[in-house]
Amino acid sequence: MNQAAILPILIPLTAAILVLAGHRFGLHFARTVFLVTGLLLIPVSAWLIDLAGGGGIAVYALGDWRAPFGIVLVLDRLSAIMVALTTAIAVPAMLYATAGTDTAGRHFHALFLLQIAGLNGAFLTGDLFNLFVFFEVLLLASYGLMVHGAGIERVRAGLAYVILNLAGSALFLVALGLIYGMLGTLNLADMAVVLPGLPDGDHAVVRTAFALLVAVFALKAALLPLSFWLPHAYVATSAAVAALFAIMTKVGIYALLRVSVIGFGSAPFTTDLLQPWLLPLALATIALGSIGALAARRLAVVVANLVVVSTGTLLAALAGDEAHSDAAALYYLVHTTLVTAAFFLLADCIAAARGGQRDTLERGGPPQDAAVLGFGYLILAVAASGMPPLSGFLGKIMVLRSVQFQEMGAAIWIALILSGFVTMLLLARAASALFWEAAPTNEAAPAIVPGERSYPPGSRRKAVALCLLVGGSPLLTIAAAPVFDYVRAASDQLHARQPYVTAVLGQRHDIARERRP
Amino acid sequence: MEFLFAIAIGVLTAAAIFLVLRARTFSVILGLTLLSYAVNLLIFVSGRLTIDAPPLMLPGADRHTDPLPQALVLTAIVISFGMTAYLVALALRAKGESGTDHVDARETGG
Repeated sequence: MNQAAILPILIPLTAAILVLAGHRFGLHFARTVFLVTGLLLIPVSAWLIDLAGGGGIAVYALGDWRAPFGIVLVLDRLSAIMVALTTAIAVPAMLYATAGTDTAGRHFHALFLLQIAGLNGAFLTGDLFNLFVFFEVLLLASYGLMVHGAGIERVRAGLAYVILNLAGSALFLVALGLIYGMLGTLNLADMAVVLPGLPDGDHAVVRTAFALLVAVFALKAALLPLSFWLPHAYVATSAAVAALFAIMTKVGIYALLRVSVIGFGSAPFTTDLLQPWLLPLALATIALGSIGALAARRLAVVVANLVVVSTGTLLAALAGDEAHSDAAALYYLVHTTLVTAAFFLLADCIAAARGGQRDTLERGGPPQDAAVLGFGYLILAVAASGMPPLSGFLGKIMVLRSVQFQEMGAAIWIALILSGFVTMLLLARAASALFWEAAPTNEAAPAIVPGERSYPPGSRRKAVALCLLVGGSPLLTIAAAPVFDYVRAASDQLHARQPYVTAVLGQRHDIARERRP
Repeated sequence: MEFLFAIAIGVLTAAAIFLVLRARTFSVILGLTLLSYAVNLLIFVSGRLTIDAPPLMLPGADRHTDPLPQALVLTAIVISFGMTAYLVALALRAKGESGTDHVDARETGG
């Protein structure tokens, strides 16, 4: 049994405990543990990518209890991609946070590490109840991070976010209760085995449970009509946390993909449930996100709405439930997560550099370091709107090509091209307001003397963190071929289903089951 | 027994939904608590109602009850308890910062 799959959960969890236990050693100790953990996660993620890249599925049975009786962690290519993506987002966000965000309140480091543990756990688990537990771990940490530093705006947005997610958790548990009652198992692979043999009379309950699960994942992914919480929550919190939250919507999308393909993909009465709904809702989400971005008065609000657009785009591509469109969606997922996370950090840097006007899209003269920030903005804007030559363009082309022969392919084409156009338009408009136009009042802008500018402490860390994340999209463009090969293999592996089931349950999965009344 | 259980879950859920849709944080918290009770009962009953049977394979016991839902319920109770505690703290904070217990942390209209 390979122990690798437990490491991405164990490392941040241990570090969180260490930070809490060493609380009296002060800030320096906490920051050191925090950043060392981030550095440790990089080689571990690379190892997992390499391990899963061979095509095998590594199963880690906790306590060596055999599935389906014990809980398993399953590492396949899809999980490895998501864990690596979490690390890629988390490490720059951690570096950025140590530049000052982490001193605004207590226990920031522990909460951030717990959130990483929860994210990685959700990506690796092969058991529905365990998925629920890791969802709660990452949610509880996110509740704390969300209102970290307090202030009425954060508390207001946090209250709505917590209430909504608690209701979501209750729905999740209802679905789990129904599934266990009907199928007698919560192990994803075991569900796939049991589902086709289900008597006709039980179909309605299982369909209901699946629909509830989809609703919960749609809430996490911010799919219309469950998307209205997202702009408030992401804008109110601090930039480093918002950057990490960029991957939280992707947890919903990942869970939807994993559960609908592996757990419920083996019987026709559950696979046809999503088909009529997912694509129209995804297209409506794209429309709503675009309109929200157009109406935004702050750069951070624009970015939060771009997250909503990306959810719509991804689910539109995933709605086809075909291996090749899922591969394109996975490439786009990696791209959009990196770009939106970087954009949240950049919006915060621009806000800091502009002084009193923060990141509002009002005229106010160029910010400090306009050339450097503007260059970063250019890269992100090109990537986010899907213009050549960066990864957004490649991702969109892949998605468009993969859906062109689908029934609703034309609608997806129109939605993606229109939303790309709107994004380009509004990011250009925002840039002219942020970087070019002079203040409307006649008060003289403070003269900037080169060489004598003062930077608040921690600016260098912020700059490094920003460069790391902004570099993601160009890197993804250069490495497009190997990345796409990997995501296509991941998608094929996921849709083959049988290797997953065999890896978890072994060759012989004829467990004697007692039929319950 | 099944009938009683179903009615209890239904009434709890209905009351919970009514309370969650109120605009005051205290009612919402009570609603979410009731909802978690309903959910806990539902999970518990997913292992079927078996009366007077041990959850273990004991010598001499001819039937047994499913132990897994009991473990699931225990986890769910602990999590919902923690979440509710956090929500109460957050609601008090919102009340302290805004001076109102409205869920939007501001009075809107009536």
